[in-house]
Amino acid sequence: MRRLLVAVAALALAAAGCASDLPPTGASAQPSAVPATSAAASEAASAGTGAQSDFFVQADYDAQLAMRTQTAEGPADKPWEQAIAPQMVDTAKYKKDGPYHLCFSNAAVNNPWRQVGWTTMQEEVALHKEIKEFTALDAEGKDDKQISDIADLQAKGCDALIISPNTTATLTPAVSGACPEVPVIVFDRGVETDCPVTFIKPIGGYAFGADGAEFLIEKVPAGGKILALRILPGVDVLETRWSAAKVAFDKSQLQVVGVEFTDGDAAKTKSIVSDYIARHGKIDGVWMDAGATAVAAIEAFEDAGAPVPAFVGEDQQDFLQKWKDGNLTAVAPTYPTYQWRTPIIAALKILKGEEVPKMWNLPQPKITQDSLGTYLQPNMPLLHYALCGCESMPGFPAKWGGK
Amino acid sequence: MIALVANPTRAVYAALIATLAIGWALVAFDGGTFTLNDLVGIQQRSAALGIVAVGQTLAILAGSLDLSVAYLISLVSLVAAETMAGQSSNILTAVVVALGVSALVGLVNGVVITKLKVHAFIATLGVALVIRGVLDHLYDGPAGRVPVDFQQLGYARIGPIPVAAILWAAVAAGVWFLLRRTRFGHRVYAVGGDVEVARLSGVRTDRVVIAAHVLCSLCAGVAGLLLASRLGAGAPTVGTDGGYDLESIAAVVLGGTALAGGRGGVAGTVGGVLLLAVLDSVFNQLEVNSFFKDVVRGVVIVVAVAVYARRTGRRAS
Amino acid sequence: MKRAIPIFVVLAGLLVAIAAANPFFLEPAGFLAFLKRVAPLAILAAGQYFVIVSGEFDLSVGSLVTVEVVVAARLIDGDEAMTWPVLVLLVVIGLLVGLVNGLVTTKLRVPSFITTLGAMLILSGAVFLWTGGAPRGALSQGFRVFGREGVWAVAILVLVVVAAVLLMRADFGRTLVAAGDNEKAARLSGVRVDRVRVFAFVLSGLSAAVAGILLGGFAGVSAQVGQSLEFQAITAVVLGGVVLGGGRGHVVAAIAGAFTLEALFTLLNLHGISGALEYAVQGVIIIAAVAVGGLRLPSLRLSPSKV
Repeated sequence: MRRLLVAVAALALAAAGCASDLPPTGASAQPSAVPATSAAASEAASAGTGAQSDFFVQADYDAQLAMRTQTAEGPADKPWEQAIAPQMVDTAKYKKDGPYHLCFSNAAVNNPWRQVGWTTMQEEVALHKEIKEFTALDAEGKDDKQISDIADLQAKGCDALIISPNTTATLTPAVSGACPEVPVIVFDRGVETDCPVTFIKPIGGYAFGADGAEFLIEKVPAGGKILALRILPGVDVLETRWSAAKVAFDKSQLQVVGVEFTDGDAAKTKSIVSDYIARHGKIDGVWMDAGATAVAAIEAFEDAGAPVPAFVGEDQQDFLQKWKDGNLTAVAPTYPTYQWRTPIIAALKILKGEEVPKMWNLPQPKITQDSLGTYLQPNMPLLHYALCGCESMPGFPAKWGGK
Repeated sequence: MIALVANPTRAVYAALIATLAIGWALVAFDGGTFTLNDLVGIQQRSAALGIVAVGQTLAILAGSLDLSVAYLISLVSLVAAETMAGQSSNILTAVVVALGVSALVGLVNGVVITKLKVHAFIATLGVALVIRGVLDHLYDGPAGRVPVDFQQLGYARIGPIPVAAILWAAVAAGVWFLLRRTRFGHRVYAVGGDVEVARLSGVRTDRVVIAAHVLCSLCAGVAGLLLASRLGAGAPTVGTDGGYDLESIAAVVLGGTALAGGRGGVAGTVGGVLLLAVLDSVFNQLEVNSFFKDVVRGVVIVVAVAVYARRTGRRAS
Repeated sequence: MKRAIPIFVVLAGLLVAIAAANPFFLEPAGFLAFLKRVAPLAILAAGQYFVIVSGEFDLSVGSLVTVEVVVAARLIDGDEAMTWPVLVLLVVIGLLVGLVNGLVTTKLRVPSFITTLGAMLILSGAVFLWTGGAPRGALSQGFRVFGREGVWAVAILVLVVVAAVLLMRADFGRTLVAAGDNEKAARLSGVRVDRVRVFAFVLSGLSAAVAGILLGGFAGVSAQVGQSLEFQAITAVVLGGVVLGGGRGHVVAAIAGAFTLEALFTLLNLHGISGALEYAVQGVIIIAAVAVGGLRLPSLRLSPSKV
């Protein structure tokens, strides 16, 4: 009896699978003018294939794309001090005498990008003698802990509070609560209030996403098959990357055969890419919203004995090395880790009463074939991010694990 | 010392006081101070986990356990925040709907365990996966909005005591009363102690287990509401980020409740949660690396249970 | 072995469904790719089986896999010459973690759920404490070969399956099942219950080491490599009809459970039910499998010796 039931269950499952009305992932039956997205992705990124991500804001998109060609103000050799189209705000009311006690509520240190950034920030602190104390709390990726952390830090007599929010919407109340107490500096992800004195970020996700997509549109012949790999839905800085890429692909002749979520996991990425190679025979370009698993995706082509197509990665050394060794057609948009230096610099400016940009847009270069040699640093760890802006800091390269 | 260890509840409170003292000394040595504000922080930090752990205590006492609470918390936070949609007038509806969803999940857990005779580990893991699928399918980020009135639950204080802590105390007191002063409570201990004996003495064991699960899920629901009020929105990852599933089980066991069921109680759990929260707070004060914290937590939990096991073992032999 | 038949029927059904949806699956390369993907979970399931059939749990294997990969990357740091010494070290780490889990569970009488939950926290905390929050270094090509080349992965899988079957046929297997079935009776009949349980944990640790070597080889260093593998391994074992609480079930069925789980993921993916609903389907199926499997069995509850 039991055996029978299991067998029935299995057959029912198989039948249910076969009879599914869901559009098969990236089936070639779909019209090629509209990028095909998997069921999950179309749910996540937009209401249907044609609709945009909930996070898409046209004005921001336009502004970011325009910023890519604007010249940044500030010292050319220190992009972390530069700002694009700054609207300065007066900070005279925060002026006080040093030495200063700076506080930092960090979302997490749970990936190489944040690890590199965190090291860079600590080194930046060490550069300034007027900082007598630097208190940092790690929220370990938990919204609730970060809310408590922000409350704790307010009671510690900080002269300025730097916040790298874990998520945008859910940290807004806590940030709003801190603003009246202490000058607040937000960087990386934003919050839904303009109460912080300054919000520091590179140009942003739209520019990142568009840089990659435009490269593929330029390099891949019309009709070429593109696989888009995303980490996970619902994170604003990642949603904007995909939504900009989607706009570009929609206008192009390229065919997006799939949009998949990898959870940022190398093994899952490799499996997904292998599946697509098996199913489509040939993939002509891979777009990624973050480069951490780019090498795993490239290996999927190598292991399948297929040529590595045009690739979008990021400024991590392992990808740059692979790019050079394999002589790939590739581009690396960046979300520079040098942005971790800026909040410290901004905090000191604010406490000295110097004006700062309300929205501090840092330059966001992309690595191309021409600049690859500049950013490839074989002495640095494979997971190091090239745009740390840390090469001239006293602890370099040892603090970042380099030789 | 032996007298202290003799009773796990007393032991955990002794450990709590010791940790507070040592923590205070370490922080003072580090040049900081342990202020009233930190004590408020401890209560704020522990309230959500505390409420979940009180519910988990019920499930564990009844000889079961619940691995679905983390996803349920996320689900409840979203359901509540979306129902409220930023309007104070929707608060009551939202609370009712949220608790209704929780009770339903608890009912499913209990029925699957008792009627389908699926091991609690698998049953609640399966339900957790189902909720996860629903979450991933319906939500791709924070959603809904909690009106400012309801945010008071997470932020307001009466004197030095946060409302959240009062809520936790109320839940704990309610469950303590249920366990110690009602017939249902005695049945929970009986079923957790020996299900066959309980059945032979006329206890409808299935009903007790189902009720324990419904109450456990309701506690998770209350925690979900509290977290929604803290975040100002619902978030699909708030439960798993907090690790409320395994952490609540750890807190219960740290509080001296036997994982096998039938022995322990709410008082110990409250102590266990506070102990974890004080550790957290001290580490925060000292800016200890979060990974080191995990190591210490792991050691504390295993050592505590080993100590309790020694004790019960001696009594048995 | 009788209990194991349903899982093979289900597995066969799933494999047929996959082949129908994707003919590439039937080609040697396609099937090899599938085997390569299953191998780590199948090996973990074999290790977890020993622990479960003896009446315990091992929740630490996911963290242990992460530890193995992260340690390997940091120590090898791209240096081919380090490959073999590090491989040996990884196996030693796996054995040691298993030994500690086993000793704490049996000698200190901490329920294995708690022992291995603690180990999970300690292991992942310790390894990232050591590397500063995220992996460092790189694996060598010599190390990668085991997980990257399908032939190697399959050879290791076959070796593990054969070894597991032989172990279960030996005295060890009989005493292990006896210890899980009825601890008291086993003790009275002279079984060294503690010793076989410790050995079961050691085998589970070893399986995590091997799975870590394969997973690290497959896709390189990643902090998430072991995430939730402990639950997947336990799910696989339970799908194979092995009873939580111990005493019943066959190791080959547990491994078949891993194949079934992976086949299920593959099938769901082929039909575009990736991500979101995948979890829901998985949840329903494991509950259904256990409910169906347990229909005629007495109520299974957590009891002191069985947690």
